[in-house]
Amino acid sequence: MSSAAAPATGLAQIGKSVVIKGELSGSEDLYLDGQVEGSISPKGVVVQGKLEGNVQASERVELRKSAIVTGDIAAQRISIEEGAFLKGKVDTNRTEGK
Amino acid sequence: MRLFRGSGSDTTTAEQAPPKLARRSSGLGELSRQWETAENLCILDLGSTSPGNIRYFTGRGHRIYSEDLLTASTDPDLMAQDELGVSALDSRKFLADNLVYPAAQFDVILCWNLPDYLDEGLVKPVVGRLWSVLKPGGMLLAFFHTRDAGPDSPCYRFHITDEDTLEMQPILLNRQGGRSAMGAVRSSVESFQLQRVFNNRHIENLFRDFASIKFFLARDNIREVLVVR
Repeated sequence: MSSAAAPATGLAQIGKSVVIKGELSGSEDLYLDGQVEGSISPKGVVVQGKLEGNVQASERVELRKSAIVTGDIAAQRISIEEGAFLKGKVDTNRTEGK
Repeated sequence: MRLFRGSGSDTTTAEQAPPKLARRSSGLGELSRQWETAENLCILDLGSTSPGNIRYFTGRGHRIYSEDLLTASTDPDLMAQDELGVSALDSRKFLADNLVYPAAQFDVILCWNLPDYLDEGLVKPVVGRLWSVLKPGGMLLAFFHTRDAGPDSPCYRFHITDEDTLEMQPILLNRQGGRSAMGAVRSSVESFQLQRVFNNRHIENLFRDFASIKFFLARDNIREVLVVR
C-alpha cells in the first residue's frame, strides 16, 4: 500500500494481504485494500481491493480504479474511478441496504 | 444469421482508458424522455462499469444496476460439453450467476451492443431473461451493427453525456498480466470481436415476446433498437 493512496490516521484499514469473511460495521471510515466477503456498514469507505457483499455507508463510498465490487451500494455520495468494476446496484437516494 | 465469429475469451477491461468518441443517439433521445420525466426509476446498465452513467442516473434520483455481461460471459467455468462432446457455454449456469433479479424489476435496460458480441448460445436465453426482469411497459435499448460495419468493428463502452449524446470508448482486453473481474492475469491488449450481424428480421424474432419494437438507422452502420415490453 503506497503512502499516497493510504489514509493517514484515524481510519480502519484492511491491508492488501488481508482476507475477511463476514460482516463489518463501524462508525468510522474504512480503507479496503484487501478482500472482504461479506457486507460492510462503515461511515465511509474507500475500496481499492475486492469486496463481495453489500455496502451501506452513512456517508461516502469511493471505488478506486483497481476496485472489484460485487454487491449493492447505498450511500449519500459515491465516486467511482474509471476502471473500477461493479456488479450491483447503486442507490444514493437512501442509506439503507438492499 | 452468423456472419462473423471471433474468439473472445479470457477477457477484462483496459487499465489505460482509450479515447472517447462522441455519438448522437436517436434511441437514447427517445428513451431519455422516460428518465427525465419519471422519478425513482430502476435502470439496468449491461455495459462495462461506467462511472459516468452511474453519476448520470444517481444524479437524477434513479437507481442504477451495473452488470457487465460481456465480461461475465468469459468466465472459463461456464464452458461445458454437450451430449456430442462439443464445448459450449452453459447458458443455464450463466443465468444462474448473472441477471438474477426479481421479475419485472426494471423500468429501463441499457443493452448497448451486447447481442452482437455475446456468445451465440447466450443471446436468446439472455434476451428471454431480460424480458422477464423488465417491467411491462419498460423499455430496452440495444445497438446492432449492419453488415457494412465489417467484422473488425470495435466493441465499445457507452457513456451517457446528454439526453441524446453518448461517448463511445473502445473496450480493450488484456489477455495476460493485469487483472480481470474474475481475477485472471494478462498483458497483451485485445478486444471483443463481433460475433454476427443480425438483420431486421432476426432482430424482430429476437424480441418477438416484447410488445413493440422501433428501429433507428444511424450513419455509422448501427441500427438502434428500442423495444417495449
